[in-house]
Amino acid sequence: MADVAAVRPAEGAIRSWVALYRSVIRNSMMNSLQYRANTLVDTVLMAAEPVVYLMVWQIVAREQGGEVDGFTPGRFAAYYVTWALVRTFTQTGNPKNWERAIQEGRMSGLLMRPIHPVHQDLGLWLGFGAVRAAMWIPVGAVLFVAFRPDYDTNLLQMAVFAVAIAMAMIIRTLLNALVGFAAFWVIKIGAITSVLSTVELLTSGRLVPLELMPAWAQDISWALPFRWAFSFPIEVLIGPVSTIEMLTGLAMQAGWLAGICVLLRLVWSRGVRRYSAVGG
Amino acid sequence: MGAWVEADALSKHFKVPVREAGLRASVSSLFRRQHRTVEAVDDVSFTIEPGEVVGFLGPNGAGKTTTLKMLSGLLTPTSGFARVLGFEPFRRDREFLRRVTLVMGNRNQLQWDLPAIDSFELHRSIYRIPRPEFVRARDELIELLDLAEIVNKPVRTLSLGERMKAEIADALLHQPDVMFLDEPTLGLDVTMQRRIRAFLADYSARTGASILLTSHYMADVEALCKRVLVIHRGRLLFDGGLAALANRFGTDKTIRVQLADDDDPSRSAATAGAAVVEARSRGIAIDDPNAGDDGFVTFRVDRSDAPRAAALLLERLDVVDVSIEDPPIENVIDQVFTDG
Repeated sequence: MADVAAVRPAEGAIRSWVALYRSVIRNSMMNSLQYRANTLVDTVLMAAEPVVYLMVWQIVAREQGGEVDGFTPGRFAAYYVTWALVRTFTQTGNPKNWERAIQEGRMSGLLMRPIHPVHQDLGLWLGFGAVRAAMWIPVGAVLFVAFRPDYDTNLLQMAVFAVAIAMAMIIRTLLNALVGFAAFWVIKIGAITSVLSTVELLTSGRLVPLELMPAWAQDISWALPFRWAFSFPIEVLIGPVSTIEMLTGLAMQAGWLAGICVLLRLVWSRGVRRYSAVGG
Repeated sequence: MGAWVEADALSKHFKVPVREAGLRASVSSLFRRQHRTVEAVDDVSFTIEPGEVVGFLGPNGAGKTTTLKMLSGLLTPTSGFARVLGFEPFRRDREFLRRVTLVMGNRNQLQWDLPAIDSFELHRSIYRIPRPEFVRARDELIELLDLAEIVNKPVRTLSLGERMKAEIADALLHQPDVMFLDEPTLGLDVTMQRRIRAFLADYSARTGASILLTSHYMADVEALCKRVLVIHRGRLLFDGGLAALANRFGTDKTIRVQLADDDDPSRSAATAGAAVVEARSRGIAIDDPNAGDDGFVTFRVDRSDAPRAAALLLERLDVVDVSIEDPPIENVIDQVFTDG
C-alpha cells in the first residue's frame, strides 16, 4: 500500500485549524438546536439569579436615598442584565466532565485523535454559547423593558466588550480543563471544584459587583483569574471605564490565558504520562 | 518493507491496591496501604507484516486489551519495546495517530444527537483529510457497510448493530494503515457480525491495511485470520496458523464416515460400535461413535491414533465417504485456556 501520510497533501496549518473549529462549532450549534426548548429554558432560568440580586440591590439603593456607593438602580440594572449575558455566553460546563472522561475511559478515545481534546471542548462551548447568546436576546429585551438599565457605553467599549467576553469564555473553558485534569491523579475532584467555586463566587463579581467590595477583597480579586473571566467584560460594557482600564483588563486576560495555557501544557503532558502508566 | 507492528519483550505491570473487606480493613488502609503487582502482559514478542490480519485470542483478563493499548499508544510499556509504522506508539506522534485506529466494542465516538454523517465531517477536520479523499472514503464506507439508510438519522435512534457499523466507518475514514480491533462484533447479531467480517476482509485486501483483532467469536477469527496469537495470563502461548494451533494444542481428531445403504442412525451406531470395540482391543484410544441423522457417524480419537483408527474403520465398515478433521477451534482454544 502506498504511504498514505506521504501522498496526503498537507493542508495549511491555519486553514486546517479554522476548518476544525468551524466543524466543531457547527456540530455544537446543531446539538444545542436539537434541544432548543431545553436551551431556552436554561437561558431563562440563568437570568433568574441576577434578577433576584438586582431586585434586592435596587431596594437597598432606594432605601439609601437612590444609590449605593455610586450604583443607582439603573446602574445595578445595567450590571445585572450584562451579568446575565456574560454568564450565558461563558457557561462552559464543569471540570467534572473531564473527571468522568478520565475515570470512565472515554479519554482513551480522545487520546487516539491527533488533536488536543481541549480544542474540541473549546469549539463545543463556543458553539453552545453562540446559540444561547442568540436565545438570550428576547430574555435580555424583557429585562431591558422591566428594569431600565443605565449604560454609559460607547463604540470602543462595545468592541472591547466583544473581545473581553470571548477571552473570558476561553479562560473559563481552559481553567475547567486544568482543574478537570487533576482527575489524572485523584479519583474525585469534587473537593477541588467546591473550593474553587466558592472562591469564584466571591471574587468574580457574580454575587456582588466588585466595586462594592472592601478594598482588600478587590485587591484579592484583581490578582485572581475569576474577575477577568467574568466581571471585567461587564465593567467594560456598563462603563464608565477609561482606555487605560480597558487595556489593563485585556492585558490581564491575555496574561491569565497565557499562564493557564502553560500550566495546561505541563499538567496535560504529565497527566497523560500517568494515565498511560496506570491505564484508564 | 519491514513489519508494520513490532512488539519485542513487551511487558506491562500494574501496581494495584489490595485490602480485605470490612470497616476495620478500610480504616487500617488509611495508614498502611498494601499493593500487589499484576503482570497484565509479560514478555510478549511478535511482528505483523503489512496487509496481515492476525487474530488475538485469550480469555478475559489475559492481556489482549492491554497489549492493544500499548500498541496504540494509550499505555506505556513497563519494559520492552513497541514500534508501529516506524513510530514508538507511547510518544503519540500526530502522524502516528493519523495512520492507526483503535476500535473498541464499547466505542462511542459518534455524537449521540446528530446524524453519523455530521460526525464523519468532524472526523474529516480532526484528521485533516483533504475533501476529495474524504468524500471518496466516506461514500465507499457507506456503500460497503450498507449505511445509506441510516447515516442521516440521529445516532441515538440507531440499533446497536447500526451504531457499531457507523462507528467502524467513522474510525476508518482516515484510511488507517494499521487497525487494532478490540471485539468489533461484540453484542451484534449473526447477520451483522458476518457483514462486518466481510467488510474487514475486503478492506484489508483492498487497502493492504494490517489488522490485529481480538474477538470472543471464533467465527470472526476463522473468517478473517490465517494467523493467531494466543495469550493467557499475560504470556504469549502461541503464534502461528490456525491449523498449527490445532496440531499443537488439539489432543484429538474427529473421524467422520458415511456408511453405505444405512439411513437408520441406531443401526449405524451399532455397526460402528462393534468397530470401536475392536479398535480399543488393539489399544486405540477412541470414544463411542455418534451417529447423526445425516448418515454420518463421527468418532473422536486420540491424535496419535488417528491413522490406525481410520484404517481399521475403513477395513471393518462399508464406507462411502471419510474425512479426518481437527476439532472445532473453540474446543482447541478452550483446551489451551483450561490447561493454562
